[in-house]
Amino acid sequence: MIDFLISIVSLTIPAGTALLYGTLGEVYAERSGVLNLGVEGMMIMGAVTGFAVTTATGNALLGILAAAIIGVLMSLVHAFASVTLRVNQVVSGLALTMLGLGISGMMGKRFIGLPLAGRLTPLDIPVLSDLPILGPMFFRFNILVYFSILLVPLLWFILYKTHWGITLRSVGENPAAADAMGINVSLVRYLAVMFGGMLAGLGGAYLSVAYAPAWIEGMTAGAGWIVIALTIFSLWDPRRALLGAYLFGGVRVLQFFLQPLGISPNLLNMLPFLLTIVVLWMISEQAFRRRIGVPAALMQPYSREER
Amino acid sequence: MKSFRLRMERRLEAPRAAQVRALAVSLFLALIVIGLLFALLGVNPFYAYQRILVGGFGSLYGLSETIAKAIPLALAGAGLSLAFRARVYNIGAEGQLLIGAIFGGVVALNFPEWPRLALMPTMFLAGFLGGALWASIPALLKARFRVDEVLTTLMMVYIASDVVRYLVYGPLRGPEERGFPYSSRFSATAQLPHIDITRIHYPTLILAILAAILLYLLLERTKLGYEIRVAGENPAAARYAGMDTQKIIVIVLLISGGLAGMAGVGEVAGIHARLSPPEGISPGYGFTAIIVAWLARLNPLATLLTAFLIGGLLVGGDAIQVALNLPAATIQVFNGVILLFVIAGDIFTRYRIRLEKQA
Amino acid sequence: MTDSSPTPPAVLMRGITKRFPGVLANDHIDLEVRQGEIHALLGENGAGKTTLMNILYGIYHPDEGSIEIYGRPVSIHSPHDAIKLGIGMIHQQFRLVQTHTVVENVILGMGKGFVFREKEASEKIRELSARYNLKVDPDAYIWQLSAGEQQRVEILKALYRGAQILILDEPTSMLTPGEIEDLLKTLHRMTEEGHTILFITHKLDEVTAISHRVTILRQGRVIATLETSQTNERELARLMVGREVLFRLSKEQIQPGEVMLQVENLQALNDKGLFALKGISFTIRQGEIFGIAGVAGNGQRELVEALIGLRPVQAGRVFLQKDEITHDSPRARIEKGLACVPSERLTALVPSMSVAENMVLKSYRQPAFGRGILLDRTTVRSYSQRLIEQYAVITPSCDTLVKLLSGGNIQRALLARELSSQPRLLIAATPTAGLDVGATETIWQILLEQRRQGRAILLISEDLEEVMTLSDRVAVLFSGEIMGIVRSEAQNLEKIGLMMAGAFRLPQEEWV
Repeated sequence: MIDFLISIVSLTIPAGTALLYGTLGEVYAERSGVLNLGVEGMMIMGAVTGFAVTTATGNALLGILAAAIIGVLMSLVHAFASVTLRVNQVVSGLALTMLGLGISGMMGKRFIGLPLAGRLTPLDIPVLSDLPILGPMFFRFNILVYFSILLVPLLWFILYKTHWGITLRSVGENPAAADAMGINVSLVRYLAVMFGGMLAGLGGAYLSVAYAPAWIEGMTAGAGWIVIALTIFSLWDPRRALLGAYLFGGVRVLQFFLQPLGISPNLLNMLPFLLTIVVLWMISEQAFRRRIGVPAALMQPYSREER
Repeated sequence: MKSFRLRMERRLEAPRAAQVRALAVSLFLALIVIGLLFALLGVNPFYAYQRILVGGFGSLYGLSETIAKAIPLALAGAGLSLAFRARVYNIGAEGQLLIGAIFGGVVALNFPEWPRLALMPTMFLAGFLGGALWASIPALLKARFRVDEVLTTLMMVYIASDVVRYLVYGPLRGPEERGFPYSSRFSATAQLPHIDITRIHYPTLILAILAAILLYLLLERTKLGYEIRVAGENPAAARYAGMDTQKIIVIVLLISGGLAGMAGVGEVAGIHARLSPPEGISPGYGFTAIIVAWLARLNPLATLLTAFLIGGLLVGGDAIQVALNLPAATIQVFNGVILLFVIAGDIFTRYRIRLEKQA
Repeated sequence: MTDSSPTPPAVLMRGITKRFPGVLANDHIDLEVRQGEIHALLGENGAGKTTLMNILYGIYHPDEGSIEIYGRPVSIHSPHDAIKLGIGMIHQQFRLVQTHTVVENVILGMGKGFVFREKEASEKIRELSARYNLKVDPDAYIWQLSAGEQQRVEILKALYRGAQILILDEPTSMLTPGEIEDLLKTLHRMTEEGHTILFITHKLDEVTAISHRVTILRQGRVIATLETSQTNERELARLMVGREVLFRLSKEQIQPGEVMLQVENLQALNDKGLFALKGISFTIRQGEIFGIAGVAGNGQRELVEALIGLRPVQAGRVFLQKDEITHDSPRARIEKGLACVPSERLTALVPSMSVAENMVLKSYRQPAFGRGILLDRTTVRSYSQRLIEQYAVITPSCDTLVKLLSGGNIQRALLARELSSQPRLLIAATPTAGLDVGATETIWQILLEQRRQGRAILLISEDLEEVMTLSDRVAVLFSGEIMGIVRSEAQNLEKIGLMMAGAFRLPQEEWV
């Protein structure tokens, strides 16, 4: 029984980590009022870039850095379209995903089936890794896993307890109010979307450099869409993002255990999306929205001279 | 220090000529950017474009393939243009298409001995019902609880994919398929007839043309169409005039979902002749149909033309995959860049854009 | 500073011009505001007051002109620049983040350091509140506050930023009389502390009550700048509307006929779920214009929406002639002969569609416009053409988009459509808001002509002059209740004013 628990936990956390990166980034982007449906595209670009640069340099950290940069560059396309040009955010995000899937496919063709030299290996933490039960459960992951967990309290604190956070939330809630207080709404939105892109890129690199580690065409396999669902599921809160990411990651892990029992993995797979629809339905109540602070200006472009 | 500032002023009227010009310019720019991307990725863009043009439009075979791919795009795209006109952003046509395919397929598998004249309409009807049923969940959530349809229709796509996967790996798997995730092959009467040796399943083509014309007439010549346009342009005015905006939301979602579902039937009965995992049924036609509708400026008649163009692109994409040994995802580069430029190009018709100097 | 160099004005705007597509909103405007004064900016809707102040606050960029603040030439490109220059602005629609607390709103964009020190900020806000008589709980959420409290938060925001020059756009439009009094006290207190105040208004009594000087704008131009002590409301009114006497339209005696609308004890909620209509009753007869006077926000919007079926009725009954329509759908009411020109014109029209298509917005279902499901475009166009001619709507053609018409013509088209159905009752809510003098007069004449033909009309307006000119009887709505119903006669004017302020309630047996 304890072995079963150990394997569930030690598999779930890595399985949820890419989702966690993507979701934390999308939470920030959406808190600024910009929905970015391009997460899938940014993640897959991060994955292929991370793999390519790690292969070229033999250094996984350089690969991860490159993936973060490519995520930011991709997100800039969406920021320009949705913030500066004020086009429909839904369509622009979809286009970004298509673009990412296409370019990554072309870029990655020659990496298919290659082993990765210099993959990110699990840390060996003195004492902690050797603890019985807790060691294999929590202390034998690679650095990206711990970094993502560290990000959760940090991003939560910034969002609710700092001036940056108040500014970010105000821009997503009532951009006209923020503008009237001299805040550069466009700049805040650009930065939030870029931050989202950076974390999506990181999440992608995590998949190809640490989790898999390999390049497979379309390897994100809808993780970006789960991120969109998780962002809603978490009600735009980094703490619940952690919970949700591991819950949805756990669903993937459970498949391996439940399949032999005759439970279809496909039915489990749809669970995140079903839950998200339920959450969307629950937050349709106005009073409830207000309490949990759904970004009121989500998907609404802002222009000072046009209201 | 001098800086520049991008300023946008809303235009009161966008003349039709300006709209067409903006569309042409954005397509042209998109092709240049795609060329640059190709060059960056080590593919000679001139060679690629030549192959695409020849592949998609340069031969009778290419043209026939183009039309075959245009069929689902036109059917789903016409429906989406109707929904988008009502400002109902159904982006889940892919899921509605898949469920439609399953519904049609189930009819085909269960009544293989029916005569074609009875079976074919029943399959399409079932497909319409399946797609409409799938769209009815977001429709009810939006009409009753004001749940945003963008997110729900999108989520429903992934649920649909998993439903299809579950079915073809499970209950609908053909016993003779030796463990492969396919249903049994459809009977001869359940397969759609083709024009000569092409893959143009003409019953679906006729349906697509009919749908485009009917939806155009619906929008421009009927009271319901008038209500849809008013509700899309100004929902407050629609309510004030006593229109049932909830009914309108439900109707456009059901119609667009139903048409996507029929497109799914066309694919499984006209091309594949069996059910397969989602990737096998549709290479993302439901998403590509969004591009088709947007390119057509949400005019259902014009989706016939834009579906043909995008269909040709898809076929050309297949051609360069083979010729240049590129992955299947290559075509997504086209989809993404074109979609970005088309929506950005929209801006030029709605706004005058000026670069202002600042002290 | 010596006597030979007098203190420079707090604000000096010169030759400010701002064009919007199709409109010249500001036409070479010069404005001088002295340090420490309360300066009123008076003008009708659309006179260009708000545009001018938005330019001063960096929201709009002027096409021409220059600005000096305390004698120093400046260029203000954004609210950020304005705040740095010590300018604060309180918009008519508050710019507050509803889901945030008062403190979070006040320190927005202002915080020192990285971490938000809530206690410190709260303390500073409490200090400011006490000093300027601005009662508000720093830890409350905005959505829990009344309009008056929200306005105080806005003022605190400006003060917290060290604003020396404060711009207020129509600051009293949403306030109760008590709140208005508090606001005026605060403004005086602020001038004592050396602040300069600029406030936009179209209410004459406010100008005379608190301002030191007043600048009058009309159609984008400055008409005059006067010392308030050396003018009077009559002169101000003349300058503001550009005519000596308010037009006296002849209103012939008409014997009112049958009761067309009967409202009994109507109760309805506002968007926040509080009672906006607390049981109001009245009747309107054929050939009668029944006016509802009152300051905006006292239940007018809710009354219109409850009558046309867009807001559920909590209690009470509504009859159209003999038919009860209390819980009918909007469509059923339209079909039973209820017409409405709402105060927000654009909710009754589709600006991006043609005049012809807008003309049938309510009647398109009739068989005359196409059998069954069809809509016959030829009939629609010829029908609209007739209405355009009959009501002299100026438009290039019936295919022109409504958004390209002038405000007056849009209103005329709207009235044409509503009257074309020969309704049993016409509701006209602020029918001339934002229109110029000529257009206003036309609309008034159309309404009086309808009265002569025996139409029953419910007129709801904040413009007392309009209500008095057109109505036969006037009800005053205050805080969701009718304070009294009187004849529209000059000797009742004072009573009406008192009732509008909530200071007087006419005993029911004296209602007419």
